[in-house]
Amino acid sequence: MIKKLMINNNLGIHARAAAKIVELANRYKAHLYLKKDDKEVDGSNILSILTLSCPKGTEIQARIVGENSERFMKELSELFEKKFGETR
Amino acid sequence: MTDKNFSDQKVLRGIPVSPGIIIGKARLVDRSRVKILYQYLISDDQLSQEVERFKHAIKTTEEQLATLKNRMPDKINKHSFIIDSCLMMLKDSMLNDSTIKKILNEKINAEWALKKSLDEIREVFSQIDDEYISNRINDVENVIEKVLRNLSGKEQESLAEINQRVIIVAHDLSPADTTELNINMVMGFITNVGGQTSHTAIMAQALEIPAVVGLQSVTDLVKDGDLLIVDGKTGRIIINPDDSAIIDYQERHLQREKYRSSIARKSHLPATTLDGHRIAIKANMEFVEEVTAVKNHGADGIGLFRTEFLYLRSKGLPSEEELYQDYREVAEFISPLELTIRTLDLGGDKFASELEISKEMNPALGLRAIRFCLKEPEIFKSQLRAILRASAHGNVQLMFPMISGLQEILDAKEILSQVKDELDSKNTNYDQNIKTGIMIEVPSAVTMAEVLARHVDFFSIGTNDLIQYALAIDRINEQVAYMYQPFHPAILRMIKHVVDSAKEAGIGVSLCGEMAGDPLCVSILLGLGIEELSLNSRAIPLIKKIIRSISIEEARMDFRNINRLNTANEVRAYIQDRMKALVPELQEKGYLDI
Repeated sequence: MIKKLMINNNLGIHARAAAKIVELANRYKAHLYLKKDDKEVDGSNILSILTLSCPKGTEIQARIVGENSERFMKELSELFEKKFGETR
Repeated sequence: MTDKNFSDQKVLRGIPVSPGIIIGKARLVDRSRVKILYQYLISDDQLSQEVERFKHAIKTTEEQLATLKNRMPDKINKHSFIIDSCLMMLKDSMLNDSTIKKILNEKINAEWALKKSLDEIREVFSQIDDEYISNRINDVENVIEKVLRNLSGKEQESLAEINQRVIIVAHDLSPADTTELNINMVMGFITNVGGQTSHTAIMAQALEIPAVVGLQSVTDLVKDGDLLIVDGKTGRIIINPDDSAIIDYQERHLQREKYRSSIARKSHLPATTLDGHRIAIKANMEFVEEVTAVKNHGADGIGLFRTEFLYLRSKGLPSEEELYQDYREVAEFISPLELTIRTLDLGGDKFASELEISKEMNPALGLRAIRFCLKEPEIFKSQLRAILRASAHGNVQLMFPMISGLQEILDAKEILSQVKDELDSKNTNYDQNIKTGIMIEVPSAVTMAEVLARHVDFFSIGTNDLIQYALAIDRINEQVAYMYQPFHPAILRMIKHVVDSAKEAGIGVSLCGEMAGDPLCVSILLGLGIEELSLNSRAIPLIKKIIRSISIEEARMDFRNINRLNTANEVRAYIQDRMKALVPELQEKGYLDI
């Protein structure tokens, strides 16, 4: 399944946020792919996520393939909405 | 393909920095922050072991990071995500899978494969606009350093264990790296970056082995053990040459050696121009072992003894006694001829880890040479004591590098007189009238030359740095290496001003630096009034030969014409034509090639 996600925290997807995405991805068997513009990367690779270069206000597309993809996507959306647990 | 070698031949061109032709096997060397890395090939039956070695190092690193995380005090526990992201990097396919793939596909050792992965990650990060994120490459580097450290399970094969001489292929070599190499096993150097005056060049010239720098990506094109031809005169590199190329180069090598030995026979005779002017030709040197070569090549003394090597070689700072023994040995050997010892010129690209000089954005403009010595007076005094003590055993002169104005001269002389008082009080023998001079290599010193001349006994013009500072060119940046122009009219005018100021004040003036050993520069330098040159001893026979073929009268006339030219290209073209006419064999032997 595919969903568009907005990055709302001030710092964008930096190391800590990327780490949280990878942590989540590692809990599911399904595969996560993140896409910005024409570039799609493996959502379980921290360096790949960082190299997507996503500052605040970027819209990215998440694609999940495999078991429990709906629950996975729900958790992922929450993570983005809660600004990766950051206050700003 | 029936003839594999033939199809593999590749030709590259770089910046030639030390002449000579060699044919030999490549050895890839690189350094990380923890150690020097070598590339070596892994045989098929050892490949799975090599992958295991890599996986083991990753696992060890993970365990170390986990321990570190557990030991973190609660107060900073919220920062533990840094360690989490490091742990994730270790599993990242760009780092992990890609390294294993490289070990298996390219049959190379884990260290080198990991280094290549890092290079690729660096490339990706360098294209990121967001500064914060692109700076994360530092985290990646730190993690990789940890893995490299843990990869030492099997000690890397080092150069000392090789019983065959090799050509060192590297991205760049720092003085610290070169001190770790077993120099006897090195036939020559080729590097990706660097220019005419980078440390690799100076090192190769001192060792009289060929070197070509600024080859950009030679470390990607050459594999460990490849056969190479390196021509340090033209800058040509041939990777996996075919038979005809090998024969051709052996022939050229023989011819040049023949010419060199023919001019070497007259090298012990003085360098006197056709109209009877005697020019002093001294030698630059760095290693004590070089002093015999200096004498054999017929030098009229040592115009520049670089003293950095001992500071880079030994663990910790060298003792005064160590320095003294070295200086004394050289002074005694070359006596009664003059030995000019330059005080510590560390800094810039010559980086000493032991001195804990912090990383600087612009090391060439940073805390180095006399600035460093004035800031660390104890280190400076220990060297001055060693030099003064050695002055009792020969004809020693003292020289301060990188002087930018009068204050530094006054400060350095104040410290010198303190050291003299100290030695006097202990009744230690030294030359009370030791001559003290300065390097002129900073543009501000050129402007102030008349003033500075009243406070010192001699000037030595260091053209390598002067060109770098005056033309604003980073001398180790291959992108701007083409702008390193000794023939730039601004440089020639600066040299002229310094020479005139010295003569006005009645003090000595000489010129050291690459220009002194460049066959094309000699006549210009004589024409503007230089009467003493200091150069790499290997170039002495040729420079003496040229001086014997020209007259001061004509050189002065040529300089008047050159002084009317406005670009480096015009100057070069003019002097090339003149030298072809004056010393025709220079062109025949390929010494006038650009």
